[in-house]
Amino acid sequence: MISTKIDYLSGNIAIAEAALTVGLRFFAGYPITPSSDIFEYLAEKLPERGGYVIQFEDEIASIAAVIGASWTCNKAMTATSGPGFSLMVEGISIAVMTETPLVIGYIMRTGPATGVPTKTGQYDVLQAEYGFHGGLPIPVFSPSSPQEAYDLTIKAFNISEALRTPVVLLSDATLAGTYGKVVMRESTEIEILERRKLSRDNHYMYSSKDLVPPMPCIGEGLKLYVETLTHDERNIYVPTTEVQRRLVSRLYRKIIDNIGMITEYSLYKYGNNRCDLILISYGSSALSASVASKLLNERGYRTCLLKIKSLYPINEILLKNLTEEASKIFVVENNVGLYYREIRGVLKDKDVRNISIIDLHIIDPYEIIEEVLRNL
Amino acid sequence: MSIETYEETHPIDRYVRVDKLPTLWCPGCGNGIVMHSLLRAIDKKISLGKLHEDQLVFVGGIGCASRIAMYMNFDSIRTAHGRAIPLATAIKILRPEMKVIVVGGDGDLAGIGGNHLLHAMRRNTDLLVVLVNNFIYGMTGGQQSPMTPQGIYTTTTPRGNPEKPLNIMKLAYALGVSFAARGSVTHPYFLDEIFSRALDKRGFSLVEVLSICPEVFGRHIGFRRATELFIEFKKRIILKRKPSIEESDYDWDRGFVIGIYIDREDKESLSDTYKNSS
Repeated sequence: MISTKIDYLSGNIAIAEAALTVGLRFFAGYPITPSSDIFEYLAEKLPERGGYVIQFEDEIASIAAVIGASWTCNKAMTATSGPGFSLMVEGISIAVMTETPLVIGYIMRTGPATGVPTKTGQYDVLQAEYGFHGGLPIPVFSPSSPQEAYDLTIKAFNISEALRTPVVLLSDATLAGTYGKVVMRESTEIEILERRKLSRDNHYMYSSKDLVPPMPCIGEGLKLYVETLTHDERNIYVPTTEVQRRLVSRLYRKIIDNIGMITEYSLYKYGNNRCDLILISYGSSALSASVASKLLNERGYRTCLLKIKSLYPINEILLKNLTEEASKIFVVENNVGLYYREIRGVLKDKDVRNISIIDLHIIDPYEIIEEVLRNL
Repeated sequence: MSIETYEETHPIDRYVRVDKLPTLWCPGCGNGIVMHSLLRAIDKKISLGKLHEDQLVFVGGIGCASRIAMYMNFDSIRTAHGRAIPLATAIKILRPEMKVIVVGGDGDLAGIGGNHLLHAMRRNTDLLVVLVNNFIYGMTGGQQSPMTPQGIYTTTTPRGNPEKPLNIMKLAYALGVSFAARGSVTHPYFLDEIFSRALDKRGFSLVEVLSICPEVFGRHIGFRRATELFIEFKKRIILKRKPSIEESDYDWDRGFVIGIYIDREDKESLSDTYKNSS
């Protein structure tokens, strides 16, 4: 019997529920609007399942604690918003170098600085990927509905475990409080990936062909050694160009070579057999873009919506294939046109336009239509 | 290529990652004394069956003293500058059977990591925190630290440190930790005793070890040789087994009172807190 549970959840609670489904054991956080209800909900639910929810003194401590928790071979996450993520980037760089699986719920609010804390925006899409020092790729997912928030949270944990990487789940203030129907699964019904564990060796050895090395756990007598300096296959600090090249190229390739398991793009064709116009969008702006696409189709413009649910790494080949027939492409987002620059960089031969609409609330679909028509 | 093997062995070699030797520490550095003393105390606990070597986790941040954690042949984790304590806290919560030890310097634990130190003390987190206080940022070349004595020359306070140093014994006293002691590398047997007591405690155990940095502390204040600094420093150490907290403020001219400032059993620790709430 399949025991599917359907509930009516907000985007934030969907994230928390999915984290419980995959077996979250540890949450560390610091209160910040609009992410706090993930924290509060887990503080209610997680201890009942034998897990721990701890409030730390700041986001710097929270991410450090999540790293520590992950090395005990337990699933761990945190959630924050722009100002908090800015403090966490130090720890994310440590997690990338030490290949620590963890998930960060990043619920964007209006910025920069303290902006309008309770209102929405997509100003931090580049920071989620490029905010930490070291310039290596990490997967970034972006849901646009509570159901997607639930599904992508499961995926975020799976990818973090399978590739031993921090993963960012980039939501926003609109989705945080938007309620919708969510089909929830039992943990036995979904695929849950776990990290490959190291069990024998004294040191943490792997061949250079092994893109994702097995991970030792604290307290299993392995005398594990976690090194944040440039290290070789024995995990020993070696400050040479040769070792640095080998390490950085492996950390890069383990994400890029596995892009197929990360990518989540959905093309909505609305009955068209070809797409003359394509709106590309993500997060809560994708909801506005989907309404705008339907209305444009009603007015006789063959318009499709490409919803980007995995923002990074960018799957260039798939992106080119999906947009091949379009005569014009519009990137719709609630910021000054940040992801537009990324898309334009990939689709160099296409006519890519920027629909950048700054709105403290969800973007008005009619404003999108106006911009599309003005650019035709 | 010939591979050199270590012919000579040392009684504590089994607790040291000998493949990482020699250490990066300068000749005359106090860190070796701290590490050896800590290992003597650990060895005693292991031989008495009070501790198992698989039970130990070392966490270190950045700085010369943090490297002590990385030379230890137990589970050891390095993290960002100042962030060892929150990382160690998570390990202790999820693996309460582990003995989690944080090692760092005054810059790492009291400077950039000061906020974490303060809150770990407030929670009475079950950690042994070894703060090696050499009064200086050593690895970066001798800059002022929050624990530099007033008036002392550093490269960022060339007219003498105008500020008062942080007295972490008083901080520990105010926050109600289980154990806080100050030792010195000039008195290694007393340091052994402190570590031995600290390893047995539940709750937060803070061991501040006054140490010497001959290169960028000693030389900068006129001691050309490590031995000169050591001898001068030793003259300034006042050993009192149970000093009062009022005696804990230090000054280069008035001296440094070492001893066990706090040792109490009545405090609820973080492990108790979370055991009771879940």
